[in-house]
Amino acid sequence: MISFTLNGQPVSVDAPPSERLSEVLRERIGARGTKVGCDAGDCGACTVLVDGRSVCACLYPAARAEGARIETVEAGEDTLDRLRAAFLRHGAAQCGICTPGMLMAATELLTANPQPDPEQAKQALGGVLCRCTGYAAIIAAVCDAWRPAEAPGLPGAVGEPIARLDGAAKVAGDSFGADHVPPGALTVVALRSPHPLAAFAFGDLAAFAARPGVAAIFTAADIPGRNAFSVIPAFADQPAIAASPARFRGECVALVAFEPGVPPDLSGFPVEWSPLPALMTPAEAEVPGAPLIHGNRAENRLIEGRVIRADAASALAASAHVVEGALATTYVEHAYIEPEAGAAWMEGDTLCIRACTQAPYMDRDDTAAILGLPVERVRILPSAVGGGFGSKLDVSLQPLIGLVALKTGRPARMVYSRSESMASTTKRHPAEISGRIGCDAQGRITGLEVAGRFNTGAYSSWGPTVANRVPVHITGPYLTPAVSARARAVHTHGPVSGAFRGFGVPQAALWQETLYDRLAEKAGLDRLEFRILNALRDGDASATGQVMQATGIHPCLTALRPHWTRALAEARPDGHWRRGVGVASCWYGCGNTALPNPSTIRIGLTHRGELVLHQGATDIGQGANTVIPQIAAQALGLPLAVFRFVGTDTALTPDAGKTSASRQTFVSGRAAQAAGQALRAAILRLVNAGDGAELSLNGHFVTVSEGGARHRIDLSALPTDALGYAISAEETYDPPTRPLDENGQGSPYAVYGYGAQMVELAVDARLGTVKLLKITAAHDVGRAINPQLARGQIEGGIAQGIGMALMEDYIPGRTENLHDYLIPTTGDVPPIESLLIEVPDPEGPYGAKGLGEHVLIPTAPAILNAIRHATGAEVTRLPALPHRILAAMKGDRS
Amino acid sequence: MSAYARPTRLDDALALLAGGGWRVLAGGTDVYPGQPAALAGDVLDVTALPEMRGIGTGDGLRIGACTTWSEIAEAALPPALHGLQQAARQVGGRQIQNAGTIGGNLCNASPAADGVPALLTLDAVVELASARGTRRLPLANFLTGPRQTARAADEVLLALHLPASALTGRSAFLKLGARAHLVISIAMVAVRCVAIGGIVTEMAASVGACGPVATRLPRVEAALTGAPVAGLAGRIRPEDVAAHLSPIDDVRASAAYRAEAATELLCRAVTEVAR
Repeated sequence: MISFTLNGQPVSVDAPPSERLSEVLRERIGARGTKVGCDAGDCGACTVLVDGRSVCACLYPAARAEGARIETVEAGEDTLDRLRAAFLRHGAAQCGICTPGMLMAATELLTANPQPDPEQAKQALGGVLCRCTGYAAIIAAVCDAWRPAEAPGLPGAVGEPIARLDGAAKVAGDSFGADHVPPGALTVVALRSPHPLAAFAFGDLAAFAARPGVAAIFTAADIPGRNAFSVIPAFADQPAIAASPARFRGECVALVAFEPGVPPDLSGFPVEWSPLPALMTPAEAEVPGAPLIHGNRAENRLIEGRVIRADAASALAASAHVVEGALATTYVEHAYIEPEAGAAWMEGDTLCIRACTQAPYMDRDDTAAILGLPVERVRILPSAVGGGFGSKLDVSLQPLIGLVALKTGRPARMVYSRSESMASTTKRHPAEISGRIGCDAQGRITGLEVAGRFNTGAYSSWGPTVANRVPVHITGPYLTPAVSARARAVHTHGPVSGAFRGFGVPQAALWQETLYDRLAEKAGLDRLEFRILNALRDGDASATGQVMQATGIHPCLTALRPHWTRALAEARPDGHWRRGVGVASCWYGCGNTALPNPSTIRIGLTHRGELVLHQGATDIGQGANTVIPQIAAQALGLPLAVFRFVGTDTALTPDAGKTSASRQTFVSGRAAQAAGQALRAAILRLVNAGDGAELSLNGHFVTVSEGGARHRIDLSALPTDALGYAISAEETYDPPTRPLDENGQGSPYAVYGYGAQMVELAVDARLGTVKLLKITAAHDVGRAINPQLARGQIEGGIAQGIGMALMEDYIPGRTENLHDYLIPTTGDVPPIESLLIEVPDPEGPYGAKGLGEHVLIPTAPAILNAIRHATGAEVTRLPALPHRILAAMKGDRS
Repeated sequence: MSAYARPTRLDDALALLAGGGWRVLAGGTDVYPGQPAALAGDVLDVTALPEMRGIGTGDGLRIGACTTWSEIAEAALPPALHGLQQAARQVGGRQIQNAGTIGGNLCNASPAADGVPALLTLDAVVELASARGTRRLPLANFLTGPRQTARAADEVLLALHLPASALTGRSAFLKLGARAHLVISIAMVAVRCVAIGGIVTEMAASVGACGPVATRLPRVEAALTGAPVAGLAGRIRPEDVAAHLSPIDDVRASAAYRAEAATELLCRAVTEVAR
């Protein structure tokens, strides 16, 4: 028995003495506010205080807690409470998975130093990783926590920077995929391939299944439905559990369900591996005669997307200036701090799955197909999601725990380890892009010719989307009369490449924006002015021939002008430091590419006067749980405070689509606006009031005031409508698009968002290290529904762009952890000045455009451009690690 | 059921170790990664042994092996140990510094162990204890290779001894990585310099993460000893540095870069201390 004080209360617990304290707190005591992100001391999510000192609970033996005073995020302590309030005020919690660790690390700091400065805060929080916020809001909150909390804020109209509505749970230690454990749940563990390509055979499974504590074993043979899924059904090729051969390292080949409380031990599992020669690069996979990874895909090519407009070759031949270049990127890992986790159980004959996800309806459909169930028999209840960034669009453990629950009739639970999460889930596509861009003597872009090859890994996932999005976007937001752009996705035995914030567009932007710098120089133009000159304007045609509207790139670029002038003047060498300034733009179409992409939102008033918003747009930290209600409330004309929120849950919320492609604020926002307006219209119709009337809700009465007239509607007296409400509205919005023809001509998106970022940095000319000094980010959001959340997106996207540019390199089997795979820490993100530009889009709700992915796109190319400006180094392979920068500097000199 | 012992008397700990089969656990920060929820096998937790805690003075300085990085960083120590304190503040994040110990860092014997370069410049001697008795050996002899030490299975690393002769002068530690915090070094250097009347009378320099173990740089030290502090870094010859290193190419950097960076870091550290 180990006894200690937990948050002021004495506790005694029976645990193995060497058990991790995190395990004791979470699994034995049930205090799951403390999160586990890596079990290796690399992420700090599990930070707790032991006798006032912060430690990683995952590295702390239970026995050492004996007699100690342990404090966790569940504590009701004054410093912690002030920190919580400050985190909410500043928007410092996005997904919330790192928040408990951040709060505890900050508590240690504030106890010693109640009013730290930002540098002290960064130092103190350097041991906790956050993948969402870019840290700025967290540091600001910690430095501001000493202030008395301000009075309650704004009502929440569109445009008001209210604190996120789901924030209180996040600063208390929210309930993520690993945090709900149905009583009696089996512990499910996957056996995964240690090889990129290997045949395998099982031995005596029955003997292993008979081991004490083993409840059941499942293999591909046990899948009752179609053992193939993909986010795009036409490409379904990925098994939930692979039959031999396994096609990538980390692929699941068997499941073992252990009885509750039994340490899951796969040692001695009867499997024999026969490694086979693997194709690890697209170059190898495209060699004529190379074995086909999927028999129906010649040359191992999944797909090629293209956009052809006018005659690019002729345009380039006639150009005054032409630049040519190639660029290569690597696998990039999403590195959300929450590894995949969830639980499944049966309710009657319905399979319920509660797990982290970005796409509950897709999970439902895929899981049902794999398990051979009608979709009505699968219910997806998303947990709080500890970061997604695209990877949690694809199913991961949903069909696995679903299979176990379905087959055993018992609840089942699965929590991926960090290395399992990294090895088995999708990555950003490694890209090899090369081509030419030309301009005329005045610097106007004349033509662009490019080919991109994307390593899509073993299965399709979002490869088709990347192949289609890249040619559409590869001009950047610049008028380009002649375009020949091709992008192909090639299978290898590498990790499955999928969606990662930008679907290939960040890789494309790296190529085009670094070339534009060189082209501007050839044309004798300032690099920013070159971009302003070429920026798309309303009425211009894009590369796909779409006539643009609400085109915000010009105002974004011009907003940078004063900053650019200042920064160039300040960019003088200082000792061995070489200062540089870089700029890059982005544009990004919101929603699916020329495919249906509807969202449905429901709002109802009950007979008792409850106003209920069925909000099915999954919030993975970006803020849909706040933005969608703000829009709905504005459209309806009732205050946010009277709403009750339902969702996300496939049994309770209509389908608001997936949280991807920067679509929720735009598409689900439009549906919410429509639903709010429809409910408002229905109410007004009841009393024949005009649209200018004001609504209020008092008990079961809705009061409609118009001029001097007041009408009272007694909700309790109304008949029940088809949706079970006294009065309700359900509206669907599907963005109007026009399909792309064989040359990629069409109108693939209804709304585009725009942005431009400027990076100021210094390069250590002798070590090749980069010190980021400031990033100024101008983003056209159409209308900032919630400026605080919009800034949070910008800061977080920039942090991921910094990582992609300077440090992130996923190598299967080598960087499957968060100490070899580096993501930015508190000390790696410079001050960020966000300039919110609002060019309203007629299609967007209140003019709003998407933002989530845009914000990452310009950062890495702007960094490379600034490095080149500082040193002359042209880095053409990412990440720009110090040794690569130094080598590029020498190459430039020689 | 595996055993877990956390003795408070050194004799008890040594008696257990003499019986064999124990895994020694100090801060735990290098032991737990990659392990299941609880450690397998018998664990001897040495953090409750008073002999292994804290920093004491006498003939030189004695640092108990279970002294944490935070305790080292926060201690009032002479300038000769400022390099070690700089290293202490760069071992992982604050959480790791609060738990991780200097002795554990040495016994883990990573080529990139943050504590080693500074300790080498302090002529550190390790004290190993077993039921057979105690022995001391220079740190450089204790570290025999990557993840390899001269510690016998029945021994515990009790303390580090820094001779009084090495507690003089100024010191510095520089660590180079691809991000600000929580970083495994690409290269790191430590220097300690004693200067009298503008002339270097003693120079200790070492490099880590550029070979199987961190190493002192005798050629560099010889070249700088007796030289004026003014322009001292200019006397560091890259070939003298390279002679002691055997860096590798890995995900963090190329071998050639490591050697070049080590020289540059050394110049900067020397410039920092030589005045």
